[in-house]
Amino acid sequence: MADIKERIAKRVAKEFKDGDVVNLGIGIPTLVPKFIPDDVVVTVHSENGFAGLDTTVTELDKINVDIIDSGGAWVNVVPRVKYFDSATSFGIIRGGHLDATVLGAMQVAENGDLANWIVPGKKVAGMGGAMDLVVGAKKVIIAMTHTQKGNHKILEKCTLPLTGEKVVNLIITEMGVMEVRPEGLVVTELHPDYTKEDIQAATGCKLIFADDLKVMEEE
Amino acid sequence: MAINKVITADEAVAGVQDGMTLAIGGFLGTGTPECIIDALVRKGVKHLTVIANDGGFAEGQPAFGAGKTSRGIGKLLDAHMIDHVVMSHVGVNPRLNEQFADGSLTYTLVPQGTLAEKLRAGAFGLGGVLTPTGLGTPMETEKDELGRDKITIEIDGKRFLLERPLRADSAFLRASVADRFGNFMSAKATKNFNYPMAGCADHTIIATEKLVEIGELDPDYFDIAGVLVESVVEGEPVWQI
Repeated sequence: MADIKERIAKRVAKEFKDGDVVNLGIGIPTLVPKFIPDDVVVTVHSENGFAGLDTTVTELDKINVDIIDSGGAWVNVVPRVKYFDSATSFGIIRGGHLDATVLGAMQVAENGDLANWIVPGKKVAGMGGAMDLVVGAKKVIIAMTHTQKGNHKILEKCTLPLTGEKVVNLIITEMGVMEVRPEGLVVTELHPDYTKEDIQAATGCKLIFADDLKVMEEE
Repeated sequence: MAINKVITADEAVAGVQDGMTLAIGGFLGTGTPECIIDALVRKGVKHLTVIANDGGFAEGQPAFGAGKTSRGIGKLLDAHMIDHVVMSHVGVNPRLNEQFADGSLTYTLVPQGTLAEKLRAGAFGLGGVLTPTGLGTPMETEKDELGRDKITIEIDGKRFLLERPLRADSAFLRASVADRFGNFMSAKATKNFNYPMAGCADHTIIATEKLVEIGELDPDYFDIAGVLVESVVEGEPVWQI
């Protein structure tokens, strides 16, 4: 499982260009920074109030109690960090000033609809910043395992309440890379462990395979 | 002439009555005015509505074994002082879902960026804000914190949700440095909701770690104007881990 999550995170890291400003959700997205090459400088936005997130603090005596990330962990920041209040932080998000956001998902539909915040009848968590992130970021990347306990997560239509309508641009799973395009969900890369039939069987909507289908490489 | 707005934490909560609505700054406890929260618990008011990002931490959270006690709004939840919360996230402090389940607490969820703008609109006299956030989701179809239907508006071919302003009876905020007039600055990641909540209530009261004399610092040092602040509490502690 750890291998699968790292495989997904490694592939997500290739989406970032030098100079990008990005926001990373919890789960697999938080693994992405360690796979970003040294010559690609990315500024990580933390929606609770700054741009310039670095790493989690691991030594108790290095903690600054005024600096947490959006998951509540004490963190280090890069020298170019800028702190701001929540109104400014979400202005940056909604205003299109993030190049990408990487989030997990419970369900994604072939038209880019996303459900990742609530399962009716289960414990309530709340959307936090997710609804703002998906409407605001220039590119919405979903990083997730392809299925959940054998159940399809990529569907013709989401059955759970939505986080956003037609917001997802790219889905990256352990099986491959899929782009949401006007003609449907297009597989652009397939991992060598799987066949076209495998990925289609694990998906709840019709997949289109790109004419120039590539191998999803891990390095 | 009230250019010395300094009062005690107990005086800061003297006007809080059962059933009132409070806006409280902070994000997972970071930037929440603990000395005022403690005074609210001492006063023991009930049936509060709390507007905040989240419910702080319960005892035992978060990492590093640092949560020796509950933190921030977590203390109000422990004391069962809240009937309704207006928040963006209710999944971290387990007391929230426990009290939803036993029926003693209800909630209205608001996307985080929308929450900040509703408060800012409440503070600054706007009739509402138009946002694309939440279109096509339950935010469009469910009622708002006061049971009103949502309104969508189309402008130049683009749809938006109209989000109404949000105001409270009192706003309790945390400053790192303030002067006696209430000009203040919240350091690093403690700005969060402390800035957009300034002025969103009949009484905006800040608790500050450090109090300085008027004129002691360059005015540019402060981010928020004391004209938005009614009272200042001195002696907000630094969180101990």
